[in-house]
Amino acid sequence: MSGATLDRGLNTFREQMDAPTASFFSSCVNCGMCAEACLFYTETVDPKYTPINKLEPMRRVWEQEYTLWGRLKAALGLTKPVTDELLEEWETLIYDACTLCGRCSMVCPVGNDISYMIRKARESFVAAGYAPEGMKAASRRAVTIGSPMGVKYPALAAQIKHIEADTGLTIPVDVEGADYMALLSSMEIMNFPEYIEALARIFNQAGVTWTIASEAFEATNSGIQIGSSDIARELVSRVVNAAEKLKVKNVISPECGHAYFAVRWEGPNLIGRPYQFKVVHILELLEELRASGRIKTEGMDDTRLTFHDPCQIVRKGGVLEPPRNLLKQVASNFVDMADAREMNWCCGGGGGVSANERADELRIKVFARKKSQLDELNVDTLVTACANCRLILEEGLEEYHVELPVVGLTEMLAEHLVEDK
Amino acid sequence: MNTSVEFLAWVRGPAFDVALIIFLLGVLIRLFEVLMLGRKPDYSEARGDTLIPGLKTVLTRTLPESGSLKRSPFTVIGGYIWHIGFLICLLLFIPHIEMLNATLGVSWPGLPNHIVDAISAVTIVTLIIMLVDRLIHPVKRFLSDTEDYLVWVATFLPMLTGYLAFHRMIDPYPLVLGLHILSVEFLMIVFPFTKLMHAITFLIARWFNGAIAGRRGVQS
Repeated sequence: MSGATLDRGLNTFREQMDAPTASFFSSCVNCGMCAEACLFYTETVDPKYTPINKLEPMRRVWEQEYTLWGRLKAALGLTKPVTDELLEEWETLIYDACTLCGRCSMVCPVGNDISYMIRKARESFVAAGYAPEGMKAASRRAVTIGSPMGVKYPALAAQIKHIEADTGLTIPVDVEGADYMALLSSMEIMNFPEYIEALARIFNQAGVTWTIASEAFEATNSGIQIGSSDIARELVSRVVNAAEKLKVKNVISPECGHAYFAVRWEGPNLIGRPYQFKVVHILELLEELRASGRIKTEGMDDTRLTFHDPCQIVRKGGVLEPPRNLLKQVASNFVDMADAREMNWCCGGGGGVSANERADELRIKVFARKKSQLDELNVDTLVTACANCRLILEEGLEEYHVELPVVGLTEMLAEHLVEDK
Repeated sequence: MNTSVEFLAWVRGPAFDVALIIFLLGVLIRLFEVLMLGRKPDYSEARGDTLIPGLKTVLTRTLPESGSLKRSPFTVIGGYIWHIGFLICLLLFIPHIEMLNATLGVSWPGLPNHIVDAISAVTIVTLIIMLVDRLIHPVKRFLSDTEDYLVWVATFLPMLTGYLAFHRMIDPYPLVLGLHILSVEFLMIVFPFTKLMHAITFLIARWFNGAIAGRRGVQS
């Protein structure tokens, strides 16, 4: 991120320009319908949070340099330039007020994939030097220490030791030729180690050969969130190198939403080639194990519960059915929210917003959307499958004085496991 | 001689030719500008197809997502009324069909004049309401720039002059008919250079949207 200048930012806009982006900008008629799909607008009613408006700097570059009429207008001095001031002003819109949740992309009548463009625009904001301090710091920690939260392997090793002592199971580390290499998010290591324990127990029962790589256990990718392909590539390369060194057949993305998007969908493009292994989300693997009868559960949770769809796993990741099939295995009173699955509302903390302290106040405000969704259902338990969503949901519920336990789906499944004695 | 007749001859002749050439060339250039940008290869392992989900999205986005209908009923319903009304007036008004038949030799059945007349009145009123909405709705007002109002004018004038011509509300008739054709020429000329292009590029945009999501196994 050194040497960031407006020129580099503008050049990055040009590098990011492609046929989809040009077709999207060509098609927008400023109908404003994307506003109503965005929780940052619906909860603030401030027009500046209209999703397409967040792309105004990129739209200007497109118009002035990629359309005949725009080039003419620019030559005559009839267009507004992209300046440092503009990018500075828009920094809060593109980072604090967008979680890359992609809900706007589902409603646009002309079909604009707005979050696809926001992801691209962030590359230019980084190159021009306009990115939030919190996200820059997380990216630096990720590159230098190996995790955005500053978690090093010894911290994980300590958790592994605890879990091994508690369960009597062995958690394999650096095992060559395992079928699966499990990735984790720092949040799971520090806040929800139950997830690691759940993996150990489920895989033990199902007879899955797996390993954790001491050199690459972190799945989250701050580079994707801030919009720096250089950082993102460095982080994803660590995972790829470890997986290919250990010759594993599959890499498991943890529950974390953007980690899945990063390693599953962006990773191969960042390194410029397909992987030599497959990437599966933990819920996809669990669903496969469930469907083939390799995990046996007993007892049903009969409390009224619902599932919060993490945007990057469900709407943008395509893991739609597994969470519901898995829930039905262990819960008898499952209800979906009104806008569930690919139309679910974001928790408000995705896309790096949770790493950006400056956005805290706004994030809590827009959590009102999730709260009202939950109010309609009157549930006793909220299940999700993303460590970041989980933290944001817990924090939001606390801020709004709602008593509602938030549970990770993998752990919930592990709780109902029939274990061989 | 009769200047209004000369005027009509001019708009029908050289002016129309110029407008048509600008329209066709402009649209080609714009499409070229969009498509030549291409896309980077995607090395991630696809979960789903791109072609079919893309085509499905081209069709399905014609209907609003249910939440949008509830939250923006005015935009959705008003949008439907005037878009459909405009297309009916353009394509199903018998004199329009006869003109096309005379120039291109293609023809299809039209609607009786009194029905097109009623539809055009509804379309004109809806367009005016949509303009007022753009001026007062906080989001639309915030987003709108000169171009949004220019394309409104370019869309509205052919409807208005067509209505005036049909009802012979301006004398002499060749003048009002000439104005109507001139307004259409204005629409054709500004079309490729403004967001009126969405009438073509929305097909590309929707396809990309559906293809991007479809590749990941989601129907968008």
